[in-house]
Amino acid sequence: MTMRGEAAIVGFYEMPTEREYPGRSTVSLLAEIARGAIRDAGLRPEDIDGIIGQESLNSMTLAEVLGAKPRYTASMTVHGASGSSSISTASAIVSAGLANYVLCIFGESRVRSSSRAVAATAAARVGGPGSRGAEWEAPFGPVIAANGGYGLIKQRHMFEYSTKQEQFAKCAVDERFNALLNPNAIWKGQPITIDDVLNSRYTNDPLHLLECVMPCSGGAAVIVTSAERAKAMPNPPVYVLGAGGPATRHDAIWQEEDVTTTPVIMSAPIALQMSEYSVNDIEFAEFYDCYTALVMATIEDAGFCPKGEVGGFYEDTDTTYKGSLPINTDGGQIAAGQPGGNAGGFRHVIEATRQIMGRADERQVEKSDLCMVNG
Amino acid sequence: MADYTKPLPRPEDPELTQPFWDAAKRHELVIPRCRRCNAYFWYPRPACPTCLREDWKWTPVSGRGRLHTFTVVRQPSNPNFEPDVPYAYAIVQLEEGVRMVSNIVDCEIPDGLAVDMPLKASYDDVADEWTLVKFKPA
Repeated sequence: MTMRGEAAIVGFYEMPTEREYPGRSTVSLLAEIARGAIRDAGLRPEDIDGIIGQESLNSMTLAEVLGAKPRYTASMTVHGASGSSSISTASAIVSAGLANYVLCIFGESRVRSSSRAVAATAAARVGGPGSRGAEWEAPFGPVIAANGGYGLIKQRHMFEYSTKQEQFAKCAVDERFNALLNPNAIWKGQPITIDDVLNSRYTNDPLHLLECVMPCSGGAAVIVTSAERAKAMPNPPVYVLGAGGPATRHDAIWQEEDVTTTPVIMSAPIALQMSEYSVNDIEFAEFYDCYTALVMATIEDAGFCPKGEVGGFYEDTDTTYKGSLPINTDGGQIAAGQPGGNAGGFRHVIEATRQIMGRADERQVEKSDLCMVNG
Repeated sequence: MADYTKPLPRPEDPELTQPFWDAAKRHELVIPRCRRCNAYFWYPRPACPTCLREDWKWTPVSGRGRLHTFTVVRQPSNPNFEPDVPYAYAIVQLEEGVRMVSNIVDCEIPDGLAVDMPLKASYDDVADEWTLVKFKPA
């Protein structure tokens, strides 16, 4: 027995992604987000009896802030995968009868800080506690933020498979196109070309600025309930047909045996088998995309093209919402922004839900019944 | 050396890794190798990650390897590295199979760098008590 079709998403709410929400705290955003999702599902706050939240805020604090008394609560602690993993966890929880209406909620009000200020903070930590990173990485001068690891992945992908800079750039251009009409996207209304990507500065070679996410403020929530309950609710249910993971192969990229392979190689087959569909049946996809190299490796590892051939895939495939295989139809994180509190990866869940419910307005994809999401 | 302002290694478990740092100071490279299953591993941890037995020894290795992948740093997380930009932050694969993080030195950056190029260990005595193991073209 699996949880195929046992649970469904029945409501969602997304705050527009912005650089900052001045004067507002993270818990203030989360209260608004929770209210929005509960209302969208046609529920009342007291109906929520399960809460799954972000890494940076323990779920007991979150319950207190939301005035809830959930009989099931958890925080996801798998970084960017926390948002999508909350859906497989919530589905298992409602299938097992541990809760009836699970609120999955992620978001953050970030204070915009210059990279210089972040760097100064990092420098101040020189005397801090020892760790694997402090002993074996920090003395060699890592790149700021997560850019370093993805530069290493991209470089190796270009070496092993002759993937070209223009092919990575096409990924960023398609995602930006998808963001143009998304009112919640940070880069709405601002198209870019392949040359724009190639001419943007190297954050760290071979990675260009326009291949990277921008840290933002915002967040989103969904309600997950049983398929049985979902039938009586106002929105068309978005059934969870299969799930795999959160799988992992390493924490530090230099511990990964195959630098260009992601844990999707483990999780996608499990999800597909449970769903009883094949990768060829998937109509559109929402894939974690903190950097072009990651969404591109995911496309390979999920089986949309053979390993190493994603460069050609991007040359031959229109991945915009008008295309033959729409990917990251809201712009993804690269073009719509990466709200904190693990809400960046959660935006893939939100957009999949929006499309399947038929609520994506001008961005509505032609076939929107079967989506693959990765966090 | 007294004015070295970049971060020095901060071990989580100093007793465990002191033999590595002692060897580096002698300009030698030693790597944990399991006595039971013979696997080399990096980074050092109490148990061999292949067989989970706590029976391994520090083993001298050649210091030869290849550049597995690299990125050219233009914006370091720690501003004390800024005078060095652009520099190479790399994953180096030793002959013995393990991979470690390091810098590529004595090399034109970025034009002298290429994935898979042969490398050998180069020892940088950054402070009285600390020598970093870096790599240069072989």
